[in-house]
Amino acid sequence: MKRRFTIPTWIPTLVFAAAIYLAVRYATQTETITRYWYQVIQFAAITAISALGLNLIYGFNGQFSLGHVGFYAIGAYGSALITKDFGRNPWSGDRVGALSWIIAAQLGILLVLAAFRYLRIGRLRQRVRSTLASSLQPHECNVICLLLTLAITALILAAGYYATIGLHWVAYRLNTALYAALPQKLGVAVNFAVAILSGGTMAALVSYLVGLPLLRLGSDYFGIATLGFAIMMYTALQNSDLVIETMKGARGMVGIPPYTTWTWAFGALVVCAIIMRNLIRSSQGRAIISVREDEIAARAMGINVAQQKAMAFSFGGFFAGIAGALFAHLYGFLHPSSFNMIKGFDPLIIIVFGGLGSMTGTIVASIGFALLIEGLRVILPQGFEDWRFVIYPILLLLVMLLRQEGLLGTREWGWLRAPLPPDRDIPVPPRALAAQRAGGNNSEEA
Amino acid sequence: MTDLQPGASGVTAFLDIRDLTMQFGGLRAVSEFTMAVPEHGLYGLIGPNGAGKTTVFNMVTGLYQPTSGEIHFDGHIVNGLQPHEITHLGIARTFQNIRLFRNLTVLDNVRIAYHQHAGYALLEAVTRLGRFRRQERLLTEQAQDFLAVFGLHDRQLELAKNLPYGEQRRLEIARALAAQPRLLLLDEPAAGMNPNETETLMQLIRFVHDEFNLTILLIEHQMRVVMGICEWITVMDFGQVIARGTADDIQSNTQVIEAYLGKQFGKGLTSDAAAS
Repeated sequence: MKRRFTIPTWIPTLVFAAAIYLAVRYATQTETITRYWYQVIQFAAITAISALGLNLIYGFNGQFSLGHVGFYAIGAYGSALITKDFGRNPWSGDRVGALSWIIAAQLGILLVLAAFRYLRIGRLRQRVRSTLASSLQPHECNVICLLLTLAITALILAAGYYATIGLHWVAYRLNTALYAALPQKLGVAVNFAVAILSGGTMAALVSYLVGLPLLRLGSDYFGIATLGFAIMMYTALQNSDLVIETMKGARGMVGIPPYTTWTWAFGALVVCAIIMRNLIRSSQGRAIISVREDEIAARAMGINVAQQKAMAFSFGGFFAGIAGALFAHLYGFLHPSSFNMIKGFDPLIIIVFGGLGSMTGTIVASIGFALLIEGLRVILPQGFEDWRFVIYPILLLLVMLLRQEGLLGTREWGWLRAPLPPDRDIPVPPRALAAQRAGGNNSEEA
Repeated sequence: MTDLQPGASGVTAFLDIRDLTMQFGGLRAVSEFTMAVPEHGLYGLIGPNGAGKTTVFNMVTGLYQPTSGEIHFDGHIVNGLQPHEITHLGIARTFQNIRLFRNLTVLDNVRIAYHQHAGYALLEAVTRLGRFRRQERLLTEQAQDFLAVFGLHDRQLELAKNLPYGEQRRLEIARALAAQPRLLLLDEPAAGMNPNETETLMQLIRFVHDEFNLTILLIEHQMRVVMGICEWITVMDFGQVIARGTADDIQSNTQVIEAYLGKQFGKGLTSDAAAS
């Protein structure tokens, strides 16, 4: 039963995406749509990126997270710090100061994590304990092990701190040289790209660190714990001016260059969708999904469940950070109220609406959500604008009552769908198994 | 078949379980359980409901940490390891109440078990460069071949939850085998099967045992299955081993008959009664 020749799925998807991109560009250039709607459309794309991240965490990995808005905020403020002073002179006295510090801090955290991982303090402690057990009392062993752990931890942290300072020195010089060499316009573009990427990696790092202790919790408890994280982030942002003056705390951060354009937002969405699709349609992605389906069976099949959860959570945080960075440069103004709890529910609503475990559904629902909220503002008579927060919840209720699995369930469209396995006649006895028998347990290497 | 007496001086069997105890609060689910399975053996573990058989499996696969005792597998100490580390050592299992990845396709169920052997890095997966394409195709073909062995190849794109019961059981065994174990633990593989399906299953177990050079340890309630295929049988009751031996030994063992049918049946009844 040979399949007929079919058009590769990426062709219609590419055509469709290109059509959307060009249509919006054309409409903007001819001023068919106002600047206001132009921003709404960009915001829709940005929301889609963030929601994709949450769908990876909740829809594909099955971890109910309410802290997504916290990572979004990290991406926003972090990237804003990088670009705000670029080309001017205030914070840290120079234009690449913030950028260098942020890069150095990320590398420093990575170094510390690597050191902890490499040293395996738990195993070390066990070894010391078993050596000492014969000659010392148990409580003496405990004290020695505790002191040892504390000492090593302190050493690693101190080393990480000084490494960060050293890295800043290096990064600062590299950045200065780099941006001096680049022409002004290209320099700004590169800086913005670096800011977006840094927003993503910062959020990913923090989500990894937050996930380390929290991901052990069961799903509901995890949700509450991540909600705690989101509230912490919100409070921290309210008071951020106490630590970094430029962030301005509750007064709102102003003067961020509005670099975000439709091309940047759409391009980022496309790149994120490609990354996510490629991840999901790979062995790693299947491992992530298996954790949602049945954690115990996944364990028994050799899946490192803790690792898969951490990976999905970091990737989700990465997407949220990218979205946050684009958001910061969309309006050029950041205020903590954009990152409060209620706003934090938006991506959750979107992914449930679009279908948990459907990338297509997430993208469609994000765009629908943004257009609906803003569209109602136009449609409703003057003075009744706030009624849109009555109408859209009613829509939400209806969808939940009529289609619990969301608009698309787990269905996908076009290139986002799972590729069909190769259609082939299977020889008897199957060839690959013969290889496995011959090569023992490691047939892949054969 | 010789009985490798566990704990005997110097001899470590392929799977060597010594004085394994599992205490749940006040309940001693398994008490000083000892068992040895030689390489390439096909051993059975039987006993009435609640005897602690599945608890033993859960300890061997790392889902429970034993209160005391040791589990050795092929020279490695297994207890204290995480379940996925144990699977990487070469132990795979099926579950009494089927635990498939229900919303995934039959093919993906098997491919997930291949994850540890996928042979490409995260970056290669995300960018689709490097080893990804070759390894992914190879992995998919091997998974398909496994499905073909189990007669599930035509259903590879169906969701696992839509398979009939017997095929779900077969898929679970196929998935466990895809993890490329050297020791396979089957927890009541024939539960809920009709006699025909059971017969097919028995042939299948014998087939994979020979074909993949596997060591198999099997929990089963249906005596027909255990007596039919197991070389050596260990009987548990109330968390303890009450008998071990070949099928014939077990069928005529008074203690076993008592455990299954009650004290008054212990004497006088023939082995046939216990076996049916």
